[in-house]
Amino acid sequence: MKKVVTLLLVLAMTVGLFTGCGSSNKGGNADNTPAAPSGTETDSEAIPEGSAADIKVGIIYIGDENEGYTAAHMEGIKVMATSLGLSSDQVIEKTHIGEDESAYDAIVDLAEQGCNIVFANSFGHEDYMIQAAQEFTDVQFAHATGFQAASSGLPNMHNYFTAVYESRYVSGVVAGLKLNDMITKGEITAEEAKMGYVGAYPYAEVVSGFTAFYLGAKSVCPSVTMEVQYTNSWADMTAENEVAKQLIANGAKLISQHADTTGAPTAAEDAKVPVVGYNVDMTLVAPNTALTSATINWGPYYTYAVKSVIDGTAIAADWSKGYVDGAVAISPINESVAAEGTADKVAEVEAALKAGTLKVFDTSTFTVNGSTLEELIASNADYEKYSANVSDGYFHESEVISSPAFGIIIDGITEK
Amino acid sequence: MSKDAVNKELFVRVSKRDSISQKKAWGIRFAGIALSLIVCALVIVAIVNENPIRVYMGIINGAIGAKRRFWVTIREALTLLIIAVGLTPAFKMKFWNIGAEGQILMGGTVTAAMMIYFGDVMPNWLLLIVIFIASSLAGLLWGLLPAVFKAYYNTNETLFTLMLNYVAMQIVTFCIVFWENPTGSNTVGIINGATAKGWFSKIFGLQYGLNIIVVLAVTLIVFLYMKHSKQGYEIAVVGESQNTARYAGINVKKVIIRTMMISGAVCGLAGSIIVSGASHTISTSTAGGRGFTAIIVAWMSKFNPLAMIGVSLFLVFMQQGSIQIASQYGLNTNASDIITGILIFFLIGSEFFISYKLDFRKKSKEVK
Repeated sequence: MKKVVTLLLVLAMTVGLFTGCGSSNKGGNADNTPAAPSGTETDSEAIPEGSAADIKVGIIYIGDENEGYTAAHMEGIKVMATSLGLSSDQVIEKTHIGEDESAYDAIVDLAEQGCNIVFANSFGHEDYMIQAAQEFTDVQFAHATGFQAASSGLPNMHNYFTAVYESRYVSGVVAGLKLNDMITKGEITAEEAKMGYVGAYPYAEVVSGFTAFYLGAKSVCPSVTMEVQYTNSWADMTAENEVAKQLIANGAKLISQHADTTGAPTAAEDAKVPVVGYNVDMTLVAPNTALTSATINWGPYYTYAVKSVIDGTAIAADWSKGYVDGAVAISPINESVAAEGTADKVAEVEAALKAGTLKVFDTSTFTVNGSTLEELIASNADYEKYSANVSDGYFHESEVISSPAFGIIIDGITEK
Repeated sequence: MSKDAVNKELFVRVSKRDSISQKKAWGIRFAGIALSLIVCALVIVAIVNENPIRVYMGIINGAIGAKRRFWVTIREALTLLIIAVGLTPAFKMKFWNIGAEGQILMGGTVTAAMMIYFGDVMPNWLLLIVIFIASSLAGLLWGLLPAVFKAYYNTNETLFTLMLNYVAMQIVTFCIVFWENPTGSNTVGIINGATAKGWFSKIFGLQYGLNIIVVLAVTLIVFLYMKHSKQGYEIAVVGESQNTARYAGINVKKVIIRTMMISGAVCGLAGSIIVSGASHTISTSTAGGRGFTAIIVAWMSKFNPLAMIGVSLFLVFMQQGSIQIASQYGLNTNASDIITGILIFFLIGSEFFISYKLDFRKKSKEVK
C-alpha cells in the first residue's frame, strides 16, 4: 500500500510542478522563448538596421571544445559576441552535429528559433545547409570550408574559410629554420632534412595546407623533402599517433600535421622529434618538441558576418582572409626549441605576406614532375582546371572560391 | 554489520517471481521512471545549477515544442521502432541478433546504390518499390549468413552477427570512396539533391507520411505474424526449448534460417527508411547505434511489437529533449547522453524488479 501512496504522491508532485512552471513560463523567460510552437518563422526576422539587441545567432559544430578545430570556432564566436555586445542567450550553439539529416534538423531548428544567421563548421554540413537556405529565405546561412555557395545561386548562402595557407607557410619557415639549425649542428646532413606530415584526407584543403608548409620550409632550407601520410579521418588520435611514428621510422626529422588531435605531437614528443601543430598551441602536450602551430582566428569572419546582418548589408558569397585581417596566425614560438633568430625571420615573412610582396604559391618556387605550373596548364588537360587560378606568376589560392583549391602534389613531396 | 556477516542468512534475498499482476508491473515501471527523473534532476542541478523543472520543460520543448521538432521525434521514433520490430522474431527465438547495425547499413548502402544508379531511369514510385525490395534483400542476406552457420554448425550467433557489423562498416567505407562527391572529401553528400529521386514522397501533405505507413504496416504484420501464425508459434517453441521443438516435429534448422531472414529483411528495410526517408545520404554513421538501442526497446516491450511503439517514442522523446537542454544551457551534448543513460538504467532496472522480488530479512529491523 505504501508504495502506491508514494507513487501517487510523486506523480501528484510532478504534475503540480509542471503546471506551476507552465504558468511561470508565460512570464517570457529568455531561455524558454524559442518554444513558440506556432508562427514559426514570423517573429524577429525583420531586424531594424543597426540594432544588435534583437539579433540571434545560431551555430552547429561537428565536435566540441575538446577538439582543436571546433574549439577555434567556439573561440571565434566568443570574440564576435564580445565585440558586438551580444548576450549569451542571443547565441545558440549546438555541438556534435553529424554530417547527416541531423545537420538539417539542427539548422532548421535554429532558423525556427528565430536565428537571423546560422553558421555550420563542417564540410559535410553544406548540402543540408543549402537545403535549409532554400526554405528559409529570410535567414542568412554561412558554411565554413564549403564550396557551393556561389554556384548554388542562393543570395542567403555563403561560404567562408581563411587563408590558413599563409600561416602554414610561416610555420613552415619556422620548421625550415629548425632543420637548418640541426644541419649546422651536425645532427643531420642536408640530404637527411626530411619532414613527415600527418594529413587527414587526400583532399585539396589538406594538400594546399601541406604544400604551403613545405614551401615555407623550402624557402629557408632548399634541400628539404617531405613525406605525407593520411589517416582518412579528421580527428583520430590513435591513427595520427601511429602515422607520426611511421613517418619518424621512415626518417622524418620533423613532424607536422593537418589533423585535429594531439596524436601526432604526442608521438613526436616521445621520439624527441620537433613538431609543428595545427589549430591549437601544442606546447602543453609536447613542451620539449613543439615549435609552433598554424592557427586560425575565426573571430574576424564571425564578427563581419553578424555585423553585416545587423547593418543590413550583404555578406560576401565567398570570404577568405589571411594575415592582413588578422584571420590567421601562428601560436607563440617555443623559444627553447626553435632555432635562434626564428622570431625575427617570422616577423619579416609575416610583413612580406601582409604587404603582398610575398606570394605563398609563387610558381617560380616549385615544379611538378619537373615542369612549372604554367607549362602544365598549357600542355596537360588534367591541369587545365587550374587556369583560372594561375596568373601573375602565382597560384591565386582561395580567391576564386573561399575553400582551398590547390590540389597538386609538387616535387619534393611524396604521398603515401 | 560485522554481526550480520556472522549470520548465515543474507540481509536480502533475491528470488524469481512466479507471476506479477499487470497493475503491479506498471507500478514498478512508473516508479522507475519517477526515480530516474529525480536522479536526472539531481545530476542537472549539480552540473548547471538550474531549476530541474525548467530543465524538464526544456526536454518537452525540445522534443515536441515546435512542429518540426515534433516531426523529427516521430521520424526518429519510427526508425527505432522498425528496427526493434525487426529484432523481435530473432530474439523471441533466443537468437541473439546483435547485428542489426550491419543489416541496417547493408540495406542503406543498397538503397543509396539504387538512388544513384536508377535515379534517372525509372519513375519515383517504381524506384521506391525497387528500393524496398532491394534493401530488404540486402538485410536478409546479412541475416541469413549467421543463421545458416548457427543452424548447421551451431556457431555463436552473438559474436557472428556482431562481427558482421564491422564487415558492413567496411563495405560502406568502400562504397563512400566509390561514390564520394566531391572526390577526396570522404562524404557522399545528399544524393539526388536536385531531383529528389528515390526520396520518400509526401503523403497526405506529411513529409514523413510514407515513413509512418511503412513502419506501422510492418509493425502490425510482425505483430500478427508472431501472435497468430503457425510460424510465429514455432518461433516461440524453438525459443523455449529446441529439444521440445524437435520433439514436436518442428524443423529447428528451417525455423532458425527462416526467422533470421525475416529479422534481417526488416532491419534492411529500416536502412532504406533511414537513407531514403530521412538522411538521403550514406555514411558509416547511418545506423548510428540505433541497432543497439533497438535491443533495449525490444526487451523492454517484452517482444510485443505494439508496446514498442510506446517505448521507442519515449526513448526518442528523451533523446531529442536532452539535445535541446544541452544547447539551451550551453552544455556539451554528452550531458544529454548522461540523462538518457540514467533513464535507460532505471528502466532496465525496473524490469529486474518485475521479474524478481527482494525478500528483506525480518531480523534487520532489530539490528537497526
